[in-house]
Amino acid sequence: MSTLPPLPPESAPDEDDALAERPRGRAAARLLPPSRLTGPIPWVIAILIALVVIAAAGGLALRNLATSASAGLSSAVSVQVIEPNPELRQARGAAAAKVLAGMEGVAAVRQVPEADLVAMLEPWLGAGAGGGDVPIPALIDVELERTAGPVQIERIQTALASVPGARVDAQGDFLRPVNNALAALQWLALGLIALVALATAAAVWLAVRNAFAGARETVEIMHLLGASQRQIAAVFLRDVLREAAFGAVLGGALGAAAVWLLGQQFTALDSGMVSGGGLMLTDWLAIAAIPLAGVLLALATARITIALALKAML
Amino acid sequence: MSDTLAGHVKFDNVGLRYGTDPEVLSNLSFTLFPGSFYFLTGASGAGKTSLLKLLYLAQRPSRGAIRMFGQDLVTMPQGRLPELRRNLGVVFQNFRLVPHLTAFDNVALPLRLAGTEEKRVVKAVADMLDWVGLSHRAHAVPATMSGGEQQRVAIARAVIGRPKMLIADEPTGNVDPDMALKLLRLFEALNNRVGTTVVVATHDVHLLKKVPDSLIMRLHKGQLSDPTGALRYPPRPSAPGGSGAA
Repeated sequence: MSTLPPLPPESAPDEDDALAERPRGRAAARLLPPSRLTGPIPWVIAILIALVVIAAAGGLALRNLATSASAGLSSAVSVQVIEPNPELRQARGAAAAKVLAGMEGVAAVRQVPEADLVAMLEPWLGAGAGGGDVPIPALIDVELERTAGPVQIERIQTALASVPGARVDAQGDFLRPVNNALAALQWLALGLIALVALATAAAVWLAVRNAFAGARETVEIMHLLGASQRQIAAVFLRDVLREAAFGAVLGGALGAAAVWLLGQQFTALDSGMVSGGGLMLTDWLAIAAIPLAGVLLALATARITIALALKAML
Repeated sequence: MSDTLAGHVKFDNVGLRYGTDPEVLSNLSFTLFPGSFYFLTGASGAGKTSLLKLLYLAQRPSRGAIRMFGQDLVTMPQGRLPELRRNLGVVFQNFRLVPHLTAFDNVALPLRLAGTEEKRVVKAVADMLDWVGLSHRAHAVPATMSGGEQQRVAIARAVIGRPKMLIADEPTGNVDPDMALKLLRLFEALNNRVGTTVVVATHDVHLLKKVPDSLIMRLHKGQLSDPTGALRYPPRPSAPGGSGAA
């Protein structure tokens, strides 16, 4: 004990940034007790990420459904000519079609044959739909060169003023209540994602705060021996990264499996409208990014929690 | 002004209180000079530990000014304090070893935090453990070590980073008289050979006589007295590595 040993050469002047990731590897792993993050945090993260994946997939499917349902109808207009007298109705229908065909901005005009109308109404009105007891209006499908907005509808209405009983409707209007409902569901999914993200951040905050409190003595010693805030945070973030990554991958896989199974169920319905709600490749890529976003959220939350805890120390 | 002339540490009318309690330290004005050996004495509750906390940067003063190694501690941003702390070696009263780390890893901690290459860390820690006579206990954790062994690990950890100043809080309080003397000789060796400024807080007056060149600061109810007068004047220049005491 009497001879002082040669001391190691002093390290180069330290820049805090250069130290940010030191100590590394096993040396860093040794600095905190093995218990580290407490309790079921990886499982909580897994459950929350699975919920977000399902909510996001639902939101994306609803968006696709709304887009698919609206596609092709946005520039379509229906013109009905309501007239009980069949000969007069036929004549006025032809006149309306002629006016429409001559209008600027109209891409196509098709007068729907009465037989087709009868066939469409038969499920509701029965075999006697075409018997003349129920007056069926003449129907003209019009395809515009642009979206059928209120201005276009007003213009067509004006052009058809000479045709008594003519009524103009944008076909997209028929789906407006459905689209509104789908939009509301999308907002609901978005709200759910935000709430679950908040819950994830809260769970990580609690876990990191507990872990910090459990390792407070060690942290204080490190602090007094010259550890920078970033060095101390880095030691905790290693554990947060590992446990959040485990939870996120597990939750992402569970959520994706649930979405896939639900997709199979809806596909089996073989419904025209529902089939428009399938997920595209870009949707799956967005869903795959959710676990990554979850890990980043956990890391950011942990970093802020540790920074606030360390701020209380000198 | 050079560090030697200005002193490592300069307190100017420093006061410290915890919360809204009365001041535990009042009107402290003194200078610690490089290469000197100081004893800080006083009865229990006199404020020794509080003064040491100011010295090892665990606390900022409630009032007054402190300069350390040319830096103003009162206005220094929190983020720059770690760099300053690496110039200090601290032996805490209750050792404060990291309980789950071995003696080796505890001693290695300051070097690892300073980013020293692991190969150098291994060599330096092995040498240091040999120096304090604990090579055979390198893989023991604190719970399995005696008080004296823990004390020596704490000292090895305090000095391995080649600190400019070593601060020890009651370092002989938990060891027998023989070990206390050995530890004191170890501090002297560090002071003499490396030129480290040493500040030892103790209430054991017998220790003061063991280091004849030491300077004495006495605390009483948070006020400092200067029985040797050396706190007010730079110590006499001495042989290289000497304590430089007046």
